[in-house]
This record gives sequence, C-alpha cells and structure tokens, in this order.
Amino acid sequence: MISAVKLSTQTSAAAIQPDLEVQIAEAARFVRRHTIASIYRATSGHPGGALSCADILACLFGAELNVWPTATNDRLRDRFVLSKGHACPALYAIAAYHGFCDKADALNLRKLGSPFQGHPHVRDLPWVETSTGSLGQGFSVALGMAMGMKLQKINARAYALLGDGELQEGEVWEAAMCAAHHRLDNLCAIIDYNKLQSDATNEAIMRLEPLADKWRAFGWTVFEIDGHNIPEILSTLHLAASIHERPSVLIAHTVKGKGVPYMEGSPAWHGSVKLTRDQAADALAALGAEQHEIKELLDV
Amino acid sequence: MSDNSAPALIGTSGDSLREAFGKALTNLAGEFPKLVVLDADVAGGTGVHHFRKAHPEKFIQFGIAEQNMVAAAGGLAAVGMLPVVTGFAVFLSRAFEQARLSIAYCKRNAKIVASHPGLDVGPDGGSAQALEDIAAFRAIPGMTVISPADPKEMELATRAMLEFDGPVYMRTGRSAAKRLFGDDHRFEIGKGQIVRDGRDVTLVACGVEVARSLEAAELLETDGIDARVVNMATIKPIDAKLLKQCAAETGCMVTAEDHNVYGGLGSAVAEAVAQSHPCPIEFVGLNDTFGTSGEPDELAAHFGITAPFVAEAARRAIARKGSLQ
Repeated sequence: MISAVKLSTQTSAAAIQPDLEVQIAEAARFVRRHTIASIYRATSGHPGGALSCADILACLFGAELNVWPTATNDRLRDRFVLSKGHACPALYAIAAYHGFCDKADALNLRKLGSPFQGHPHVRDLPWVETSTGSLGQGFSVALGMAMGMKLQKINARAYALLGDGELQEGEVWEAAMCAAHHRLDNLCAIIDYNKLQSDATNEAIMRLEPLADKWRAFGWTVFEIDGHNIPEILSTLHLAASIHERPSVLIAHTVKGKGVPYMEGSPAWHGSVKLTRDQAADALAALGAEQHEIKELLDV
Repeated sequence: MSDNSAPALIGTSGDSLREAFGKALTNLAGEFPKLVVLDADVAGGTGVHHFRKAHPEKFIQFGIAEQNMVAAAGGLAAVGMLPVVTGFAVFLSRAFEQARLSIAYCKRNAKIVASHPGLDVGPDGGSAQALEDIAAFRAIPGMTVISPADPKEMELATRAMLEFDGPVYMRTGRSAAKRLFGDDHRFEIGKGQIVRDGRDVTLVACGVEVARSLEAAELLETDGIDARVVNMATIKPIDAKLLKQCAAETGCMVTAEDHNVYGGLGSAVAEAVAQSHPCPIEFVGLNDTFGTSGEPDELAAHFGITAPFVAEAARRAIARKGSLQ
C-alpha cells in the first residue's frame, strides 16, 4: 500500500524508513488484537498460526503488494494467497486495517450469514483471491496465477503464505518442482516457520529439516529471515522481487502465538480454540490494549 | 439431429474420442485466445499432442503431478486464462479435492478432460480403468459432467465446453469409436437426444454405451420390441424433462454406462424420474467391481455391458411394467 519501499533501489534493512516500520508494527498489533477478538467472539478458530504470521501480513499489505481496496478487480494487481487458510483471522484483520472490508464486520468470524468463514472463500470475499483451507492447494493456485500473468505479460507477482506443517503435503513439492522448472520468478513463497503444527512440533510429527536445503535442491532462491523483524521482512521481500529466472522462498522463523505470552510456543493454541473472556482479555492486554479497547473488542 | 429423426446407424470405426478431442481442441485454439492446455506427461495418450505441436506456446507441461496441475488450473483461470486440464481419468481422480476446492468452489472457468475412462481402457487393466469418475465429479456442486458418444459429438462438445462459462468434467475415450452421427449432428450441454425412437422401453446411455444401446435396440427389434435410445451426453445437469417424457411414453427404462452402476448415469436418471415419473429401471454398468486386463470388447462382454446385456435388461424392465402402480 505504501509505495516508498517498492520505489527504492536500496535493499538493505537500514534503508527502510523508520516511519514505515512504525506504521507496519502498528498494523501488526491491530492484526493480533483483531485476531484474538474475532476468535473469542466466534468461540472457535486458530489463534497460534494467525499470530505467528501477523508481521509478515502487515509487511505484505503495508509495503509490498500492489493491491488496492478500490480496485480489487485490477488485472494488473499482485496476487496474495493465504495457503494456510486456517490463519484467516489475521488475513481478515489486515484487510480490514487497509480498508478492504469493514473492521467491525470482520469481527463476525465463523458465523452463519457472515462472509468471514472459518477458511477464506473467494466467492464471499473477492480480495482473498482464491479459496483455501486444504493445505497445499493455495500454493499451486498461486503458481497458476504466476504462470497466467507471465503468459499475459502482466508484470505483477504472486505470493503464497504457507504453514510449516503444510509442507508435509506432497502437492507442495509438486508445485515447488514445477515453479522452478518454469522459471516463475514472479512467484514468492513465504513459510511461516513457527515449528509447531496441530498436534505437536514439526519435529515430532514429520521432520522438515534440512528445510532450506530442500528448497535449494528444488531450484529456489532461499532466504532465511526472522519473521517478526519488520525491516528484515520488508527488505527480503524487496530483494526476492529482484531475482530473475528462479522463484523465491522466504523461510520466516516465527513464534507460534507471537505476542500473547501464554500462547507462545504451545501447540495447544493451534486450532479449535475456544477462548474464555479472561483469556481473551489477558491476550489483548499483553498486546497493549487499554481496558476500554478490550471492552470494545470483546463486548460490543 | 432432431429428437425424432430416423434411427442412427452404427457406422464404421472412426477416430477414438481422445483423438477427436485433441484435434478439435487444436482447431479451436484460434477462437479462444486465452486457452491453455495442461498436461501431465500423457499428451500422446490424451490426444493433446496435436495441440502441443500446433500451439506449443499454449501448452503447459506439469509433469506427473496431477494435484498441482488441477489446482494451478484454478490459478490460471483466476487471472483470466481458459485452462483445459488433460490427463487419464484415473489419475485426474487423485486431484478430486483440487477440482472441488480450487476450481468448483471458486467457480473457476476451468475444464478437466479425462481420457482412458472405464473398461474402454482395455489391457492396462483394473488399476487404469476409472469406473468411479462420473460419480465423484457429479457430486461436486456446480460441476458439469459430459461424456460424448462419438467423434463428431466429441468435436461439438469440445467447442461447447470452451464456450460454456464454468467448471466442466468431460470424458473422452481410448479405443476407436463408432461413428454414430453425421455432420448435421448438434450438441448442447444439458440436452439429451432421442437417437432412435420407440415405444416399449427407453435405453438411456452415454459414451461408448450409446453405440451398444443402438445395437441392443436392433436385437430387440428382432423380438418385436420397439426400443427408444437416448444419448445422454450430459450427465450433469441431466435432461430431466426428456427423461420424464420418456418415462411417461415408454413406461420403463434401461441405463447403460461404462462405469460403476453406483453414482453414475443410472443414478442420475433414477434421481430425475423417481419423484414424478417412477417406472421400472434396469441398470447396466459395472456391478460395484473393478475391471481387469483384456481388450475393450472382451471386457465389455465379460462384465456385462455389451448390447445383449442391454437388450436383456430391457426385457426385464418391460416385464416389470406396471409393478410400481
């Protein structure tokens, strides 16, 4: 949304303007609060993996993606696919923050009649770009978008945000092979590598390491970053866009439940979570919300 | 061909349906500038090697990776392309969920064209013979399902599929197909056709079973039974109006398909008439079993889907007339 970074020829973290970092950090804080509030109101949802990707989403929508709420049909726009569809409370929140939907509406998560389904649906909300919720598919869809834009000589990029557990789906590696083979340098994958999945750690369920080596072996340009370090995310996204002939992947090391101390690093907060009001209030307080803000988010 | 035209005659072998599809697609490329054809390393088998040769820039190789291919078709359609996914029916079925979520749920204008359906696959054997695909894809909301009967109809259906806005699953076929229809044949998605009229029983068929049903009608004629034959090339949305008319006029039906009797054409026909026009229906198809190796005609005889079996089913249906009253 803010063009300063895209126009800059600088790629180092130091070149990122401090006020942009401040704006994006504020957006990420909004995403986390909104995520907690909507999941509390829904009485179900996946907070852990939504909180872990909040900073990445804030960077994408704040400075990287060429998408606009006034032109969601623009054929020249970038495409962002939340392949880890269960993290959609965070997507709804960042979209609301940037005016793609109403902030209060987006709190109406997982309710009959609401377009804010438990997993994003493009026929309810066009700006989610494709429906996700079955791991692996969103990545392939983003690949198809990247291919289709190249065929039409559209100079835009396709981004897919994947979970780490999602990488256990075979389709991901079909797509990884395919994107490198077709030299889709307009495709950027971002892995929210919070090390936890539904039931336990990745390590316990199905080992992913050596992850960077796997992607390199598949022909991708690999960046490993701190997925909560805003300047690093921004500069790496920018750098990835300059790579020719190869797709890029950002392996973003994150903390599941980031920002809510009692959730951080615990798989218990992956999904199907029913938050009590006290838990939601504690989480919002930890995210710096004032008492009146907590009341507004949870009780109105 | 109009609904009440003279009986179609079974002609000599023409192209296989896959060849007819591949050639039709190649010839139509100029009319559909956004068309791209997706392949999983079986272009020679699906007939799209013709397309690859003529339009290499519109041909996308996905390797042996159907799940990625089908979901990527959703992405291609999302940015305005007109993707036609091609492959063997049995392997495209492994991307069922990609067709469900990334194509149908998103209402993408993407097409899935499956060659090598049913016993028509022949010697490759049971693992390769998709006998469940119509049932599976028919169950996806908003998915149109087509199974043309001869090379001419395949050519027309290919155009209709490209002109239609929405997800389509279309069956082609591996073996040389009988020529049933002339150059005046017409095809419309959602419309069945009476290809031979009759009063005693209606034989409803799709794909290779249309030719066998016409043959069955001739066998029945020698017994003095006047069988009507309906080519139901669109299985979804089914032509319920025509089926109700046939149920009313002939009082019983037989369905014939190169597919499991569960969930395919027979089920669709029964669903269409059960409420308002219940009548005896006999189902010819695979009796909830897998196929095996053999030549297509041998297999058809072995598993009971050749003309004599269709004719025998017609006699059973006629004998049951009035049993539902």
